[in-house]
Amino acid sequence: MQRFAALLDGLLLTPSRNGKLALIADYLREAPDPDRGWALAALTGAVDFPAVKAGTVRGLMAKRVDPVLWELSRDFVGDTAETASLLWPEPEPAPQGPSPTLGEIVTALASTTRASAPALLASLLDRLDTGGRYALIKFATGALRIGISARLAKVAFAQAFAVPVDAVEEYWHGQSPPYAPLFQWATGAAPPPRTDLLPLFRPFMLAHPLEDEAISLEDYVAEWKWDGIRVQLVHVNGETRVYSRGGDEISASFPEIAGALPFPAVLDGELLVRGNQQGGEAGGAASFNALQQRLGRKTVSKAMLAEAPAFVRLYDVLIEGGEDLREQPWTARRARLEALMPRLDPQRFDLSETIAAADMDALAEIRAGARDAAIEGVMLKDRASPYVAGRRAGLWYKWKRAPLLVDCVLMYAQRGSGKRSSFYSDFTFGCWDGDPDAGAELLPVGKAYFGFTDEELKWLDRHVRQNTVAKFGPVRETDKSLVFEVAFDSVHASKRHKSGVAMRFPRISRIRQDKPAHEADRLEALRALVT
Amino acid sequence: MAGCFTWIKAEPTGICIVPADAWIDPSRAVARALVTHGHADHARGGHGQTIATPATLAIMGARYGVADGAVPASYHEPFTLGGGVTATFLPAGHVLGSAQILLEYAGERVIVTGDYKRSPDPTCQPFAVTPCDLFITEATFGLPVFRHPPIADEIARLLAVRAGNPERCVLVGAYALGKAQRLIAELRAAGWREPIYLHGAMETMCRLYEAQGVPLGDLRPATGVPKAELAGTIVICPPSALTDRWSRRLPDPLTAMASGWMRVRQRARQRGVELPLVISDHADWDELTQTIAEVNPAETWITHGREEALLRWCELHQRRARALALTGYEDEDD
Repeated sequence: MQRFAALLDGLLLTPSRNGKLALIADYLREAPDPDRGWALAALTGAVDFPAVKAGTVRGLMAKRVDPVLWELSRDFVGDTAETASLLWPEPEPAPQGPSPTLGEIVTALASTTRASAPALLASLLDRLDTGGRYALIKFATGALRIGISARLAKVAFAQAFAVPVDAVEEYWHGQSPPYAPLFQWATGAAPPPRTDLLPLFRPFMLAHPLEDEAISLEDYVAEWKWDGIRVQLVHVNGETRVYSRGGDEISASFPEIAGALPFPAVLDGELLVRGNQQGGEAGGAASFNALQQRLGRKTVSKAMLAEAPAFVRLYDVLIEGGEDLREQPWTARRARLEALMPRLDPQRFDLSETIAAADMDALAEIRAGARDAAIEGVMLKDRASPYVAGRRAGLWYKWKRAPLLVDCVLMYAQRGSGKRSSFYSDFTFGCWDGDPDAGAELLPVGKAYFGFTDEELKWLDRHVRQNTVAKFGPVRETDKSLVFEVAFDSVHASKRHKSGVAMRFPRISRIRQDKPAHEADRLEALRALVT
Repeated sequence: MAGCFTWIKAEPTGICIVPADAWIDPSRAVARALVTHGHADHARGGHGQTIATPATLAIMGARYGVADGAVPASYHEPFTLGGGVTATFLPAGHVLGSAQILLEYAGERVIVTGDYKRSPDPTCQPFAVTPCDLFITEATFGLPVFRHPPIADEIARLLAVRAGNPERCVLVGAYALGKAQRLIAELRAAGWREPIYLHGAMETMCRLYEAQGVPLGDLRPATGVPKAELAGTIVICPPSALTDRWSRRLPDPLTAMASGWMRVRQRARQRGVELPLVISDHADWDELTQTIAEVNPAETWITHGREEALLRWCELHQRRARALALTGYEDEDD
């Protein structure tokens, strides 16, 4: 437990991602089984002991600390677990013997009831120091909240044992704490766990941005890059699951899709809702904005299903009828996918058509001529490419449309974190809500923290410090004299922002020291670009 | 006659000794001030007469230039304050020169602690427990979550982290008066003989401590030293400089902070501190409560800090107490 407590402390106080990765990786290599598996479960949010809740801890403290002193302390510290760990009375006499291990704690907590949990927790707390008590309470109540994502923990696992993170992602699903088969595989003690009989997520194949590479359409096929969310459909044993990019299951949000795949397969496609923007009037899709209304819902109303019905535009097939097609070339998989289409409900599925173009120049023309602002650009896929997890050089490219540009005025700056912790590096910028010479105001339209060089960052930091008009904690308001040329992919109407618009993927494209602030763009220019 | 103390008045701007027309640690300029110690929030300039220990007067002199009307008061030597009041400065163990002030008038004994601590400190004389009727105490760390660990443990952690990161430097944020010198003295006591590098704001006080007989070893300015030479060293700066542009000159500094607030992880995290060192020059909860029990006054007044919790403790232990509302005392960086 002390080793796990030290890990939590380190993670809490280490600002850099690499530092956190190294801490977790060291722990996973050094800690014994099953402790390290349980620690991994805690880091990925997979620990739950129904008999232990935050109220259990408060109840324990109420018997040991005056309620007024507890409240005052809790208010100051701001965290129940930490307050309890600091206020827990040291037992007299001091306990003998080693502190409990994570495995021992799990065994005890798993078999406890609501009635016996307080006494058990108390006896464990007595055997730990302040840091250990904090870690125990966090672990037992299942709420670590230390800013570690499950993905970061998996990357650390891959780093610890020098195995590919995509393999970790694939084998992870279907395993439960303390993940013994996963550790056995990673340490070379056993073959990888079987995954073919489970409705598991397979990591997506991703694309590199096309820059200067010379590409021939004889080798590469072109497809539109649709603006929805990438999904994977997995059907095994009569059950279908829908996964999003990060491997999160979203079946409950899209029941019409989950119910529409009737045979065993793993399919890759773009989730869209019906509309007339992407792909034409009939059988087309709405903008991303329409899809957004349906994301993140645990249940979906009938009205919503009728108003914004979802469908999947299919890109690829990974597995069909128990046969893993991922090693086969794109052309072979595409043939399999096209052969599948008649078996699928056309209401719920269509095929992402390839674009016919003689050469790249012709393709460039087609791409530029796509009036449809909701289409993000085109994809170029090597016809011989196998389906591999992640971004592999030379196989798939995304060729985005040239970004949109708008001139904005710097309004606020916030200090960055980690390497940038002493620099003002997060910038909020705005556009004029009318004619600035007639007294119009600036309204914030976006925020960006990249797109500039290290040299430019130093200059920007100095500019912010020398032109501050007000400070709000870590944020400085500037005199609104500096113009940025901001690049972005698209802009949408948004009720959440005072300006009424929200940019997708904004970044600083140029610092326009030459341009006076009143010549920056007005909101109407942005509104005209709304899709 | 215990329980009256009408000759002592707690005003928002300080504690007034009415018969002598004198003030303790006033936050505005007065004709006659008794100053417990040299921290800026207690020792302000501009008084007509300033009564303090010689070390405190030296610290004030270094901060504000030569103080007119400086009246030195030695520890344990009673002197007449006028109006029938006798005053005695007693060691408070907070920083060099820090004092509690014992006031005697009409058979009543009152102690104003100023800031104090009970744990050992090689840079100043230890707190003297002295019986009195009215005990006016600070409460900076007046919450039961504050328990300062032995300083040797914290110094050992600092040295271990330094040894584990040979290509970085450990940058410790520490209050320029008291904390920095105690940290240096404890590092020396733990066997650290290498040069310790200082932010410019630290130098005056370190020189003053040495002149007052507190040896601090090889100290050097961090400014102007090539980055590579600072790898593996310990650098001390004021807390405000930790995330300032000043620290960009250092080789990938590992940020540490020596403060009682570091006991609370979330506080350390908020400040971006990687190595929290729980080192304080104030009494922790146990010291505050133990001291009240030992001094055993008829009444306790609580000046500044987290008064409510200490007030509650007094209530639970059936001790007469009240909280004073004094302004102008800061506790942010200690």
